[in-house]
Amino acid sequence: MAAVLELNKVCMDFGGLRALDEVSLRVEPSQIVALIGPNGAGKTTLFNCVTGIYDPTSGDVLLNAPGGESRRVNGLKPNKVTELGMARTFQNIRLFPSMTVLENVMVGCHCRMHASILGAVVKGPGARAEERRVVDFSYELLRLVGLTRWVNEISSNLPYGAQRRLEIARAMATEPYLVLLDEPAAGMNPQETDDLKELIVRIRDTWSKSILLIEHDMSLVMGISDRIYVMEYGRLIAEGSPKEVSENPAVIKAYLGEDLDA
Amino acid sequence: MLGIKRSLLVSIWFMFLTFPLLVIRVNTVENTVDWRFMNMLYVGVGSFFLSFVWRYLMERRARGGGRSGGQGAGSVMQRVLGEKRIFYPIAAVVALAALSFPLFSDAYQTNVMISTLLYVMLGLGLNIVVGLAGLLDLGYVAFYAVGAYAYALLNQHFGLGFWTVLPLGGLLGAVCGVLLGFPVLRLRGDYLAIVTLGFGEIIRLVLENWGDFTHGPSGIANIPRPGLFGMDLSIHDAAIYIYYIVFGMVLVTIFVVNRLKNSRIGRAWLALKEDEIACQAMGIDKAKTKLTAFALGSTWAGFAGVIFAAKTTFINPACFTFLESALILSIVVLGGMGSITGVIVGALVIVVLPESLRDFPQFRMLLFGAILVLMMIFRPQGFISTERKKYEYHGAADETPAEGE
Ligand SMILES: Nc1ncnc2c1ncn2[C@@H]1O[C@H](COP(=O)(O)OP(=O)(O)OP(=O)(O)O)[C@@H](O)[C@H]1O
Ligand SMILES: [Mg+2]
Repeated sequence: MAAVLELNKVCMDFGGLRALDEVSLRVEPSQIVALIGPNGAGKTTLFNCVTGIYDPTSGDVLLNAPGGESRRVNGLKPNKVTELGMARTFQNIRLFPSMTVLENVMVGCHCRMHASILGAVVKGPGARAEERRVVDFSYELLRLVGLTRWVNEISSNLPYGAQRRLEIARAMATEPYLVLLDEPAAGMNPQETDDLKELIVRIRDTWSKSILLIEHDMSLVMGISDRIYVMEYGRLIAEGSPKEVSENPAVIKAYLGEDLDA
Repeated sequence: MLGIKRSLLVSIWFMFLTFPLLVIRVNTVENTVDWRFMNMLYVGVGSFFLSFVWRYLMERRARGGGRSGGQGAGSVMQRVLGEKRIFYPIAAVVALAALSFPLFSDAYQTNVMISTLLYVMLGLGLNIVVGLAGLLDLGYVAFYAVGAYAYALLNQHFGLGFWTVLPLGGLLGAVCGVLLGFPVLRLRGDYLAIVTLGFGEIIRLVLENWGDFTHGPSGIANIPRPGLFGMDLSIHDAAIYIYYIVFGMVLVTIFVVNRLKNSRIGRAWLALKEDEIACQAMGIDKAKTKLTAFALGSTWAGFAGVIFAAKTTFINPACFTFLESALILSIVVLGGMGSITGVIVGALVIVVLPESLRDFPQFRMLLFGAILVLMMIFRPQGFISTERKKYEYHGAADETPAEGE
């Protein structure tokens, strides 16, 4: 089966700095793929290149819809990429702070809605039904991430871990087939991280999405990933199953080594 | 006490600064100099007192006391307005009062109220651009001018009536909004503000200098008032008629803005305002969303412009200066960005306050400015901050909402 996301020798330069150096990577359908590496390795930059925030200097980013349609997405606008079926969360939480929790998720439904300006003003039966559908769908997503308690709360009032989960719900609202999570467990306590682990697995299994995940928490990464890519200084230094990666000497030297010593 | 010492210094400084202006008066008739030392005393005592109060308030604010106090008062108002059982009767009473207003008032009062309602319209329109979409537009008055000149010129050259031009004016406003929107799509914040400011001035300068087309600075006179089935209305009756037209338009505006605010497009505007990158990552087309905000905002300015021309029957470029844009912007900011009730309150304050301060002409603008500054310091979110809509779950209530872990 074709990979959902495929990167072929993607490079990204910032002036003289090569942040990504010929990175090639694949995400297969309904897999959890993790991307790990020390700080500044270029993981977030890779996400930004894939989602259209940056235009890669060279290389191809291919997005293959499960239906079979394949698109090269380099240089597309971020909203186009999202429309094609890839959604993401941000390392430094980027919610819409003064909107309510439910509204944040409803914004995510935007590109799957059709209400025009006139339709919104007249608010005929079609628009009403759509609006209700969106509320219900958003509510369902909030139930998935366990935030129904705070539906009408202003999102910036949520505790940190809840904000991270809200970002996941919001990304899911765009009805993607591939979800990119940038350090979803950052700042969470062990209990929250465990719940998150379960949530990510549930998103793969019951919602059958593919997931590409950046994470520093090794227990999470090793626990749930089907495949792991390791980056250092913009280059891939290893890839494989969790077991292979954790036994790879280059990885241990670059990354896990420091971790295990600590 | 440090505070007293500081305030004393401030008052001495002020006495020194105002000395040449307020104390010395050269009497040119008798060639003598009057020394008005009483003025100096007033300035000294006044500035000492004000500075003291100021310091006290700032301190309270810094300690958080003033802040929570201010918000307490605000949130009481908020809660009252948020409660439908209280809000609807109040809104109904206000609407009724507004409806019967011209029956009890003279021509002057009616005219002031017409201006107020026009400003409500303008404020609500600008509120779409600034309050909802977060695009700081300092040239809003340009679209107002477009509407007004559309009516004046179309009437003069083609004899088109008020009711024909009203939608056309809105349309022209929208077109100009998009025209302005395109080049500024990539700009934000201060840069956007400067470009829109320039755009407003360009329109005004074109109106002033393109004499053949716009009659230049002397303006266009004898613009007909809107007709009522061909009846001849006295000036007072015409004012009342216009009053009801504006009132109707304000209701329409409120209805439309309210609908938009909690719709797909309204949420997109808010999202754009709060975080552009996240907004795009949610699949929202930034360019399209910005353009619709500009277009819709300027539509209302176009409508208001047509009505304004019909009301005053005379327009010239001097009606559309930057000051006007600033005034409309302060209505939005003062009232509370994004809040419809806030904009209405803001318009009332901005138009009625300077009007009622006419008895102190020399201090009018000064007091007005002072009030604005105080507002920005002690209640930056405006009189009424936005309330977000609360949603209910319509789906099958098959289980009690799963609580967060
Ligand atoms: N817009 C930019 N302009 C210039 N340099 C950038 C830019 N974005 C990222 N970089 C650089 O690219 C390198 C990779 O950064 P990136 O944020 O991708 O790291 P990361 O792997 O996500 O690290 P972390 O684990 O700390 O999040 C860093 O050296 C960073 O300074
Ligand atoms: Mg990062």
